[in-house]
Parts: sequence; structure tokens; C-alpha cells
Amino acid sequence: MTQTVLDVENLKIHFHLRGSGLSRLLGKEGGVVKAVDDITIELQRGEVLGLVGESGSGKTTLGRAVLGLVPTTSGSIEYTSSDSGEAVDISKLKGKALRKQRTELQMVFQDPNAALNPSMTIETQVGHPLVVHGRAKGEELKRKVADVLERVGLSPAEQFMSKYPSDLSGGQKQRAVIARAIILEPEVLVADEPVSMLDMSVRAKILQLMLNLKNDLGLTYIYITHDLATAKFFCDRVAIMYLGKIVEIGPTAEIFAHPRHPYTQALLKAIPDVDPTKLVPRDLPRGEIPDAARPPRGCSFHPRCPLAKAECGWEPRDLKSLVEEHWTRVPVDEFEHESMVVGGLVELNTDAGSVKVQPTKGGTVDEIWAMFTRIKEENPNEPLWTGVTRMEKVADGVEFDFAEPAEIFLHPAGESEVACVRY
Amino acid sequence: MKRLLTSLLKPFKATTGMGRWLLIIGLVIVAFFVVLALFAEWIAPYGFSQVDTKVNGRRVRFPKLSAPSAEHLFGVNDQFYDILSRCIYGARTAILVVLLSVLLSLVIGVVLGLVSGYLGGWLDRVLVFVMDAMYAFPSLLLAIVFSFLLSGLLGGSGIVSAAMSLTVIYIPQYYRVVRNQTVSVREATYVEAARAIGASSPTIMSRYLFGNVIQSVPVVGTLNAADAISTLAALGFLGLGIQPGDAAEWGYDLSRALDDAASGIWWTGVFPGLSIVLLVTGLTLIGEGLNETVNPTLRKRKFAKIVMPKLEPVEGSTK
Amino acid sequence: MSVLFPEPNKDRPVPPLGKGLPPLYDGSLIGKKDFVEEAVCPIEATVPLGEEAEEAERLGIAAKPDPTVPVIDAQRIRIWYGTPKGAVRAVDDVSFYIGKGEILGLVGESGSGKSTIGRGLLGLLPDGSVMDGKLEFKGEDLLALTDKERFKMRGRNLAMIFQEPLTRLNPLMRVSEHFTETLRTHFPKMTDAEIEERSLSVLKTIGIPPTRWMAYPHEFSGGMRQRIMIALALVLRPAFVVADEPTTALDVLVEAQIVRILRDLKEEFDTALLLITHNLGIIAEACDRVAVMYAGKIVEIGDAREVFANPQHPYTQELLRSTITLTTDGLHSIPGAPPNLIDPPSGCHFHPRCPRAMKQCALAEPPMRNVHGGDSKPGTTDAACWLNPALSFPEENRAPLEREAIADAEEA
Repeated sequence: MTQTVLDVENLKIHFHLRGSGLSRLLGKEGGVVKAVDDITIELQRGEVLGLVGESGSGKTTLGRAVLGLVPTTSGSIEYTSSDSGEAVDISKLKGKALRKQRTELQMVFQDPNAALNPSMTIETQVGHPLVVHGRAKGEELKRKVADVLERVGLSPAEQFMSKYPSDLSGGQKQRAVIARAIILEPEVLVADEPVSMLDMSVRAKILQLMLNLKNDLGLTYIYITHDLATAKFFCDRVAIMYLGKIVEIGPTAEIFAHPRHPYTQALLKAIPDVDPTKLVPRDLPRGEIPDAARPPRGCSFHPRCPLAKAECGWEPRDLKSLVEEHWTRVPVDEFEHESMVVGGLVELNTDAGSVKVQPTKGGTVDEIWAMFTRIKEENPNEPLWTGVTRMEKVADGVEFDFAEPAEIFLHPAGESEVACVRY
Repeated sequence: MKRLLTSLLKPFKATTGMGRWLLIIGLVIVAFFVVLALFAEWIAPYGFSQVDTKVNGRRVRFPKLSAPSAEHLFGVNDQFYDILSRCIYGARTAILVVLLSVLLSLVIGVVLGLVSGYLGGWLDRVLVFVMDAMYAFPSLLLAIVFSFLLSGLLGGSGIVSAAMSLTVIYIPQYYRVVRNQTVSVREATYVEAARAIGASSPTIMSRYLFGNVIQSVPVVGTLNAADAISTLAALGFLGLGIQPGDAAEWGYDLSRALDDAASGIWWTGVFPGLSIVLLVTGLTLIGEGLNETVNPTLRKRKFAKIVMPKLEPVEGSTK
Repeated sequence: MSVLFPEPNKDRPVPPLGKGLPPLYDGSLIGKKDFVEEAVCPIEATVPLGEEAEEAERLGIAAKPDPTVPVIDAQRIRIWYGTPKGAVRAVDDVSFYIGKGEILGLVGESGSGKSTIGRGLLGLLPDGSVMDGKLEFKGEDLLALTDKERFKMRGRNLAMIFQEPLTRLNPLMRVSEHFTETLRTHFPKMTDAEIEERSLSVLKTIGIPPTRWMAYPHEFSGGMRQRIMIALALVLRPAFVVADEPTTALDVLVEAQIVRILRDLKEEFDTALLLITHNLGIIAEACDRVAVMYAGKIVEIGDAREVFANPQHPYTQELLRSTITLTTDGLHSIPGAPPNLIDPPSGCHFHPRCPRAMKQCALAEPPMRNVHGGDSKPGTTDAACWLNPALSFPEENRAPLEREAIADAEEA
């Protein structure tokens, strides 16, 4: 019987950017970064859920929000305790109630070198959660700390208790961090890239430890990572995140056997294999994860997507990237001429549905038309052109209309769910 | 308490090379003055406000402005005081005032810096504004204002009110150092980890931030102490500090000696002046010595100097 | 050779080296080789060959890419750091070469000395370190150079690409200013137009649009910044580049882009590259040859395909086994931790952790030998291990080594 331990619904976490001093004086609003943008996800008791994505995908923010470490904008994070069976909304908790809640959900951090207080002994900081919540003191505290240190493999415990973090190796520090997280006997452990800072030969040991702890203590994990290889090994279910949204979610076996979202497919292809005969293919998505303060129209992944279609949300900014890419291929004098004709293309810095490119003083409409025609001829298969519904020469420039983006949401596909117009 | 001591003493123990020598010389000088201050009664030949002595059962005034002699090693000044005794008792005044003011400003500055840096928000903004305003004010002027205010409040112009007026001018320095350090450490993962285990803000500040933000405080403290000596002397020089009847104070003596200098009487000014210079130098040397250790950019350079690894002789081929 | 270095016309006077020559900034005129003024030799012969002649000059030997021509030849390199507790043998008796246009991957765990080698090759070691051995760059002894000569050498002939591009770029300087500074340092007379043309051509091949020429570093994403760093290293057309963990701070998809750029470098720039990384996948992806480091020593070196397909040294085998890939179905780890390099273990440094350790392994250090016996051959590997059948030692020392059990928590 599965039991939902965490129920995240329509969670949004937006950060307001503070503009520069001048723009604030002028009354301009800074941008809004949608770090987590309308995410709904359930965590079953005893499972390992992987949150996989690149940096800036919002996976870490989501993980921290679950512990109430990040203020949420809207939505709910409902936690159901196995003891009382009562559900509480973590996103609404504050102050003492929130601190008390922390006994149930704990976190393991990415960088073991930074996650331990350099001026506290291992004994003090591993035992500190018990002190903070008034659970133990004196001899009992010491005994509990020794027990948990032995459990995470820091044995003999006496040898490690009086040490400072700087005396420990990376793997040992991560064990201490795990010890501190489990000493309160939590139900859910959020592990934020717990092995990515560790050496290869140590990663396996820490993952093995986490698997053992899960079985022994009946833990539920949220495993946050950018590394698909460990996610495949470690997780029961995987959610692939991109720019604050889940683009694909499903059982690990299904995701890895039948990746459906083009982003998932690309991630899988991009992992360099240790076999030199298997090279990473060259048709990987171009560019990088876009600025979250100005996300693309429609599907966030469309500017990089090799399989994008007309309704994916093409926009003037994509046209600008295309022109810039074109300029990396042409000789310098041609670039100088063309950039003189069209200027800085600032009119393309928009996500409007239509746009007009006008010539500068030194250029003519015909020259702009010729440039875009040439760019189109260079690569007629460029997915962008499917999204351009009209490219027309008018009296004072060249006008473009872009197709309306389709609504993107998670659809069931096979055993997983995918947020892509192709399904 | 033990933790506080170890973390405060750490930079002293870790010094090496040049820094260590600066530190040792400074410590010797300061220790000398501390001994003078502690045992002034036994070391000084006369009391600090003593103007006469009994000779054959009869009170005899010290010879006014007499040059250094066997009876008065440093001479006598225009108020019939023995200059050597004034210098020795002056050490007691200086060290007492400086100790009080540095300790007070350190405690207040560190606590305010921690709270303001960790909690942020409007409290932080107000405190930063107030402290910056105080810092921008000429410190001597500030000290003068406060010594006026405090002498009105506390009555008289003793050691305590002098120390208090110095305290006020040094709080911003500790505040700024600790607050900036706290703001950068606040984002550290281990502070977030502390929040994740459910620690409250006071716990986080006292257990997770405090020990990691006070490394530079000893340096600021010793350098402030040096500065405090000269400010105290300046107050005395202006006649605003401790009055001669309350305690011996070098700055006051120096101001009295101003007129003597023109008439060729050097000893009334030189000895109090030298005392000020020596103690300030001693404290500055300690501060700089500590800085060599605490400041990582200076430390790196030194580290390389002392270490010369031995090279093993090139062995024959292992083949 | 006559095509590359046309014989001077004996009937005409040859001007002395460097005099009366037009200022060329591609490095072709700066060096030891004799040059002939344009007017002296037929123009048709020199102009189209400019690039190749430059290459030939830089490598000093031949114009065609040839991995057998060593650009870097390092023999018995040792780099020790002084610490209060004693000398740390960060790199201890390491030998390797890198051929022209070749990518050598240097792989190892943290503390194995791989980054130290990279810095040592470029003369960027911190104070308190001592380096000896033989280090030749195209036949020139680098360790004999003064600091000033080495500084000149860096950038123009030797360059480095670092892990954190943001910390290496000055946030107050535009991209253009970075390039101007780099080029002006080595070619003070270069005009702005020449700087822009040359920089833009490099930036374009790396995939940075010329529209970003006046941008500041913070206006770029992480991957773009790393591209700028690579372009900055390449704009002087160095013959040898060290890339120290160039993709570690980047995401998977961007990492793949950067690795591809590095792999394509030899086609565009004919640069020899030392790629330092802890990621075996990247080595397999980009490198021609690979050297595996453990505790300050190279334990195995050879053709990348061969090393990955038939790892010879037990450390290489264990490292490959413990790497988690998409095909991993069980966890494997190497027991114990790398040794303290102040007082490394006797014999083979890996013997305390080696699953196949013999008595001999603790007694003597195994020499580096080709696995087929004899000298290194192309397409094969050399390993420093007593299991190598080419090595002989007393038969009784073949018995398994008895060791104390290693505790679970003793790890790096």
C-alpha cells in the first residue's frame, strides 16, 4: 500500500530581483525569477524520488522549500506524519512550529566542506539537533551521538567525536553530515547532490550508506542531482526539471528506457561514457539554460530543442540568436556590413507575437530582406522557420509574425508524464 | 567561555616569522607598562599627586621644575609633581581606561554586528546608517562631545567617564568588521544546515556565527587600544579628560609642559610624551603582528619563506 | 624544408635577423630561425605559406601534425611542496610526452597531483614548492629559463584554461579589453584593428557571436565564459595548452559542447593539449592518450581506447569499476584512502588498497614498462605494476600480501 508522505501542489516560488540602485530610484521594478513555477508532485513513503536538472532548473529550491527553508509564493506542501497521520502544510508554518517540523524532514548538503561548522567538534554538531529540540543531554546525548556515528560508518566513534571538520576527509565529512541529519530520526531526507563533490571511489560508498540507511530506518528520499547516472541507479522515480518546471516524470526504468521529452533525450545522450568508442553525438541542443528572469515563450526548452515545432513558442528573441549564430559563420567584413544594416537588433529583444525589423540610417529594407533570406537559405530546416507564420517586406522594414504557442502541461505518455507538445 | 578564549587566542598562537617578532616586541613593551600599572605603588618613588616629602620630620616641597636628579630621576614639573611617578601612575590610568573602553566597545560592537548582520532588514539598515554616521565623525570631536555629556551625567571627570566616551567612538569599528563578516558567513551552508536542524536565531548566532566571525576582532581590539591611548592623551591635553587630582594622565602633563619647552625645560614634556609613544607603539606592534596571521594575503607570503623542502638525491633508474 | 624555409637568394644580401622586417604579429618572426625578408624571396612562395611556416617555426621541426613529435617532453618530474610537517611529494618521478596536436588526458582523484603537474608545466607553482627533472618544450629546456623568459613563453607558446571562468575574467573589463591586454602584452605594436580581427576570428570558431565583442563577463552564461577563456588562451596560438578541469563547473549539455570544442582544437589550431580532469567520461570522449595518476605517480599511460578497454594497473581497473555510469547495476568502491604524501607507503603506493597486492608490491616500486615488454609502442599502454609479466622478481614474493583490514570510514 502506498502512502503519500509529501504532497506538493501548484507550488510557486518566485524571487523578486532588486534592480540596480538607479532603476529603483526611477521606480522600475526588478524582474521576477520563477525558480519553481507551478509544480505538483507527490512523494510516497519509502521511495526515492529523483529531481534531475541542470543548475538553474529550480531543483535545489524545490528541495529546500520542502524543508521550509525557502519562503513560497503560492501553493502548498502538505506533509503527512506516519505517527499521527495528520497533515500539515509546511509552506504555511512559521517560527517555532516550523522549527519543530524539522525533526521530521532533514537535509544532506552538496558540499560537505561547507555544511559543517568549522569551529565545532563532530560530537557537538552531530548531537546539536538533539540539544536544539531538547531530546537528550549529558551521557544520553553522548551515547546517541556515538550510536549514530557508528551507524554512518564513522567507527570507532570515539576517534571521531573530538575532531573538528578540518581533520576529516571529504567522505568522512559527508558521513558526519548524514549522521547529523538522521539523529532526529526523520522520515524524509532531502539529499542535495550528496556525492557530486566527492571523488569517484568514495561516491559509491556514500550512496551505499544512504541505501543501507533507507532500508534500516525506513527513510524516504528526495535525491537532487544533475547526474543522470547516479539517479538511474539510486531512484525509484525521476522528475526531470527545466527552468522551474517538471518536463518529464515517471518510474526510473521507464524514463531511461523511453525518454520522451527532447530535453531528457539530450541529457541522456550528453553523458560522456567511459567507453572511448562511444562518442557523444554532435546533434546536441545548442546554447544554455536561458535567463530565468526572462523565460522563453511557450515551452522553455524550445530555443534549444532539435525537435521543436511551430507551436512551441517561437519569438523574436530566437530570431536574434539565429542572426548572431549566422554571424559567427560569416567573414568579418560581411558581419560588419550586415550589422551596419540592421543595427543592434534591439527590436528583437521581446517575446511579442510579431515584430518589425527596420533598417538603420546606412541600410535599406532590401538589404535586410536579403540578409534574412540568406539566413533562411543557409539552413531551411532550422526549426525556428516553422514558427514564423509570416515574413514580409513592408515599406519601412521586414515584418515577422510568429505562431501562437500551445499550452504546455504534463500529459501521460506510456508510464510517465511528459510536458511536450509532441505528446 | 573556554571556547571564546581559544578562538580569541588562536591568532596569537598561530603567528610565525616576522609577525611573531612584531608580536613579541609589542608584547614586551605592553607587558612593561602593565607591570608599571599593576605595581605603581611599589615602583613609583612618590604618589602621583604628591607635591612634597618629609625631610627630617618636616614637609619640604619638591623643587619646582628641577632638572632630573638622584631624588627626581625624571625631574619635577611646574605643579611640583615628580615626573617619574606621574609617568608610572599614568600607565595605570591609560591601561585602565583603554581596557575598559576596548572591552565595552568590543562587547557592544560584536553583539550589534552579529544581530544586525544575521537578521538584516530595517534594523540592519538603521544600525549601518547610525554607525557610519558615527564613523564619519572625527573621533576626537566625538570623544569631546561625549566626555562633556558624560561628565554631566556621571558627575566629575574620572576614569569611568573617560572610558565611556572612548567606548562610543570605537563601537562602529567592531560593528562593521563583525557585521560584514556575518553577512558573508550567513549564507554559508553550515548556517543553513543549522536552520535545517531547527535551531533558533539566537542559537545560530551564538553557536554557528559567533565563533566564525570574530577572527579579526583581536586585531581591531589592539589597534583600537593604541588609538585609544592617543585619544585619551588628546582629551587630557585639551583639559577635558581626567583631572590631575583624580589620576595621573600623560596628556594633561604634556599640555602643562607646553610653556616649559620654550624656556628650555625639556624633561617635563619628553617623559610623558615618550610614555605615550612607547605604549602606542607596543600596542600597534601587537596589532600588526596579529594582522600578519589573521590576514590570509599576508600570511601566504610568509608561509613560503620559512618552508624549504629537502630534495632527495636523484636516484638511479629503477629499471 | 625548402618550401617552408626558402633558401635565400645568394646573389642578394640577406639582412640580419629581424632588421627591416615588417611587424608581423603571428609569432612567425619571433624565434630563433633565420628569416628572409619578403623582398628577398618570391612573394608567391611566402604569402600562402604564412600559416604553415608559422606552424613549422613554432614546432621547429615539421609542418604536418605528427603525434610522434613531442611538444612537451617531461622526464622524471618531481614537484614537492614544503609544509611545516615535511615535504609533500605531490608529483614524484613522473615521465610523459605530448605529441603535436595530441590530447593527453590526465585523470586521477583529488590529491593525486594532476593539477600540480599542469601548473608545474606552465611554471605557475606556488611559493614553497620545488620542481626538478627534465622538461622540454620543443627541445627547449623550460626549467633552465628565468622567470621572465618563462613569462614570455606563457601565453605565446604555453597557455592554461582554468576551471572557474568567472574568477579568471576581470568583471570590470569588456571582452575586447581582455583580448587587447593579452595581445598587447606579447605584441606591443599591434593595432586595434588587427587585435579585433584576430580576436574575432578566434571567438567565431569557438562560437561567440561578434556582436558580443564589447560585452562584460557578467553578461555571459557559464559556458560562454568558458568559451571566452578558451579563446583568450588560443588567440596567441600557443603550441601547448593545459586545461585544468575545464568543464567541472558546467552543466552536462554545456560540458558536451566544451569538450567538443577542445576535441576540435587540433583541427583548427593544431594545439597539443593536456586535459586534466577527474571525469573518466570526458577523457574517453576527448583524449588520444590517457595517463592515470595515483598518489603523485603515473600508474598507467597509453592509448585511450586501450586503457579503457584493457586497463592494466589494478588502480585503473578499480577506478573504472567504481565509476557510476548509465550501465552501472551495482556499487563498487575502492577500500581505504589515498596515502599521506608526506610519508607515502613503501613500494607501489597503491599496495595498501590493491586487491591483487603481492609481497613484492610492498618491497619495491614497480618500474613503468610496456605491457608487451620493452619500450612504449603506439596504441599500447605502459603500466607501473609488478603484475606486468615483463617484470621479474623472486618467485616467493608472488604470495598475496597480508594486510590489516581497512575500516569503512577510512576514505578520501
